[in-house]
Amino acid sequence: MSALLEVENLKVRFRSMGMLRALATRTSDPYIDAVCDVSFQVRPGETLGLVGESGSGKSTIARTLMGLNPAHSGSIRFDGQELSGLSQRAYKPYRRDMAMMFQDPVGSLSPRLTVRSLITEPFQVHGIRDRNVDAEAKRLLEMVGLSEDFAQRFPHQLSGGQARRVGVARALALDPRLIIADEPTAGLDVSVQGEVINLLARLQEELGIGMLVITHNLNVVRHISDEMAVMYLGRFVEKGPTEEVFHRPRHPYTEVLLSANPEPDPDARLERIEARGDVPSLMQRPQACEFHTRCPKAREYCSQVDPEVTTAEEGHTFRCHFPVNTPEGHDTGSRADGTGRSFRPG
Amino acid sequence: MTQASRAMTPNQDADTLLEVRNLSLDFGSPKGRIHALRDISLTVPKGRIVGVVGESGSGKSTLAYAIIRLLAENALITQGEIFLDGQDLLRLTPRQMRDIRGQRMSMIFQDPMTSLNRVLTVGDHMIDIQYRDSAPKEEKRRRAIEALGRVGIPDPESRIRNYPHQFSGGMRQRICIAMAMLVEPALLLADEPTTALDATMEVQIIDLLQRLQNELGCSILFVSHHLGTVAELCDDVVVMYAGEVVERGSVRDIFHKPGHPYTQALLQCDPGRIREKTRRLPTIPGNVPNLLNRVPKGCIFKTRCPYVFDRCHEEHPPQYDVATGRIDTEAAHTARCHLRDPAEESRDIEEGHLMKGGNEEESRS
Amino acid sequence: MSATDTTRSEARQASEPSAWVQHWRQLCKNPLGLLGLFLVVLMVGSALLADFIVPYDPTQVMVGPRLGPPSWQNLMGTDQLGRDTFSRVIMGGQVALIVALASLTAALSLGLLLGLIAGFGPRWLDNGLLLVLDSVRAFPVIIFALAVVTLLGPSLFTVVFVVAITSIPVYARVVRTQTQALRDHEYVLAERAMGAGTGRILGVHILPNVIGPLLILASMDVPLVIALEAGLSFLGMGVRPPTPSWGTILNNGYNYIQNSPWPVIAGGIPIILTTLGFTFLGEALRDIFDPKLRKDL
Repeated sequence: MSALLEVENLKVRFRSMGMLRALATRTSDPYIDAVCDVSFQVRPGETLGLVGESGSGKSTIARTLMGLNPAHSGSIRFDGQELSGLSQRAYKPYRRDMAMMFQDPVGSLSPRLTVRSLITEPFQVHGIRDRNVDAEAKRLLEMVGLSEDFAQRFPHQLSGGQARRVGVARALALDPRLIIADEPTAGLDVSVQGEVINLLARLQEELGIGMLVITHNLNVVRHISDEMAVMYLGRFVEKGPTEEVFHRPRHPYTEVLLSANPEPDPDARLERIEARGDVPSLMQRPQACEFHTRCPKAREYCSQVDPEVTTAEEGHTFRCHFPVNTPEGHDTGSRADGTGRSFRPG
Repeated sequence: MTQASRAMTPNQDADTLLEVRNLSLDFGSPKGRIHALRDISLTVPKGRIVGVVGESGSGKSTLAYAIIRLLAENALITQGEIFLDGQDLLRLTPRQMRDIRGQRMSMIFQDPMTSLNRVLTVGDHMIDIQYRDSAPKEEKRRRAIEALGRVGIPDPESRIRNYPHQFSGGMRQRICIAMAMLVEPALLLADEPTTALDATMEVQIIDLLQRLQNELGCSILFVSHHLGTVAELCDDVVVMYAGEVVERGSVRDIFHKPGHPYTQALLQCDPGRIREKTRRLPTIPGNVPNLLNRVPKGCIFKTRCPYVFDRCHEEHPPQYDVATGRIDTEAAHTARCHLRDPAEESRDIEEGHLMKGGNEEESRS
Repeated sequence: MSATDTTRSEARQASEPSAWVQHWRQLCKNPLGLLGLFLVVLMVGSALLADFIVPYDPTQVMVGPRLGPPSWQNLMGTDQLGRDTFSRVIMGGQVALIVALASLTAALSLGLLLGLIAGFGPRWLDNGLLLVLDSVRAFPVIIFALAVVTLLGPSLFTVVFVVAITSIPVYARVVRTQTQALRDHEYVLAERAMGAGTGRILGVHILPNVIGPLLILASMDVPLVIALEAGLSFLGMGVRPPTPSWGTILNNGYNYIQNSPWPVIAGGIPIILTTLGFTFLGEALRDIFDPKLRKDL
């Protein structure tokens, strides 16, 4: 099936300081690259999960796709139409076909509007008058599993899970073909997370929507996405079918991330692979491989030469000189060559 | 420590550091009283890490704030006692309580900026917190640098001059831990210390707490909603739901042999436990009960419990010993569920059947 | 299912009692707020019904003795021309109310507009508007009033004009700060992502959240405006005689204070009571609508 959304070599930059300050401090490049050379596709009925820690640029990608930030270079094609560089006015029709759900379930709903106004607002915004608003409100509430009593409530009278359902109803109002969900389970209790994930999965099955799910929660990605991409400092370090990546991560960062997921079992004291220290600031992006400052397998080479995008097998790519879990069975990172460092802090 | 308060707890166990007894707490609101904590009892033995788990609205953070007595103005403790070393904290004057906070217990918060002043350097904070000590400033500074090094801040000699905003979230939490540890507390209260952090930082902080606890031998009350971190860090676990302790026991009891349907459901819901890829995750249908002006009759979990039967609607379950089925508040593993009563044995439903297959439709609320 | 039932009953609880009933109940718990409300109702009521209340034409001379003390014929005595002070105070209240309403309405609407533009518009526009607003605010009110009076002559309109112009920057600043805070709020971003235009975002999603605090601020400014009107009239730069105004009553009485204290007392008391009334009411409203300052929550 042809792709619904195609992103190629997307780059997003932000100004890190004013022009005067850049002149005064003689900074030749007063920009930070929030997203670097990112390429991916989302097909109808499929889900791509974007995983990464804070500052990895995953939310920036979402906002750029929705036209809320300008892209610096690269292309964004929706259904074959180029979107980057469009004016806000020209973007409007695409905001019918692409809907976004924001992180904060309650905070992303306008506080003075009732649930009914909130879920029927998309019709007003896009000038759709031929539909019966009452019937639509009823249909949408039913679709996300809320009773009609909720129509007259205000956002602050909703629990996190209920507010999230309202957010889903709003996103679905205009029958979009792509949904971008930024941390759909953030701020929700474990018992409610499942509800939201099940709801999204059911709607996707019924309506054949393409989804881009952005999250730091690996447990969520595992159950909701067909394909996943791992981001670090604005770059995709690994991308592939979800099960593939979970079972045989190639990039050391993916491995670190996977093992940093504490098991809800007191006897599962697994051998943890840890990254040293802290995520570097985007203003001081490390040379060559971005992860070398924290990588348990890093060698001098990693700080000198940019790693290439390597294909492991069909659809599974990574960006690392010394990948782990290679099919030959040996772990290249453990070879003692004097540059390998111990990886525990202290 | 006064003689009077000692005399009140003659049967105080020598190994017990903190004991909360029958604590109840209300919040005043324009619409009435919210009964946020009801009849909470728990003990923190010396040198152990006790986890308090629960979802939002369970009252787990309120409990921590009540112990260190940093409650909001509208909170009112209606009954109960909180003993630290046999001394009832609720009877202390604010001044005595301040001394306890500076010497015997300290607290770390979800947002490290809560406890850091943005106009003071890290060094100022860390020297200031030793105000009780008469050592010269240079000595205090040396100790501060040592503490920062111990919590894994690289290059502490120069970073001690930096301001809090010059550190990342994970580093700030390390600084808070270093500050809390400088007073060498007997009890450290940790209120969701890793919730605001990324996964890789989270495991670093967990490791750090574990290491420091080993070195200093203090006790930790660790409040969290994250089952994985609790399983990894804690020795004992207290499960809270809607202002009540529904189950408590050792970490293995709670995670391997949960005695309360809520604990069972909570464990089943955690997507981290589900290995095979699925698009239907289990949930707990329904909502937390409203605690405004009234407490529902009977069991607090009855509206969401898959095993609910007549008795649950009428009788508030006491703390049953999960091993023997006797009513025993002192037992090692207790649960507030009538199913633990031997009289209800015939009802025992095979475990794990509940909420399989994700009845997302039924959660319509 | 029982879970559904509990949520149903919660929904019913949420819908009753309505927000206004709750606000009213809270106001009833605040004695100073109630006193304020009483004084404000008294002032506004007497101003609206002034034509029916006044026993004499406030401009008619010699309805009693000159500078007479209070009596059953003249409740607050008479002034130096033998006019009935009570009638003049009531009619003066009408003038004060007109000035307050007209100037604050003008200041509010312009302040709101400028504040929204500055808060939501591009940065250069924000900087430019701020510069203008701050310059206006830095200018001393009295000097500005003197200049305007010299140009336009003393009149009711002059007072309204001076008050409106000097209040705009205050409101615009408040609106700008609030708009900027809301602009980066996630729900505004969500509206943009859905395709909502600037007009809709400002009108439907930002304005209703800004206007509440602004109205409370304005209610607390009413006494300032009344005092300013009285002050300008006292200095002869406001309402022209023989139109009664609290300021002119004070001014006239001041000249004859050695003969009779009654006109000064009669002119001063309504100013004090109105000031207190609006201040108490404004503070009570702020406590009710701004939950962050509320103690019992």
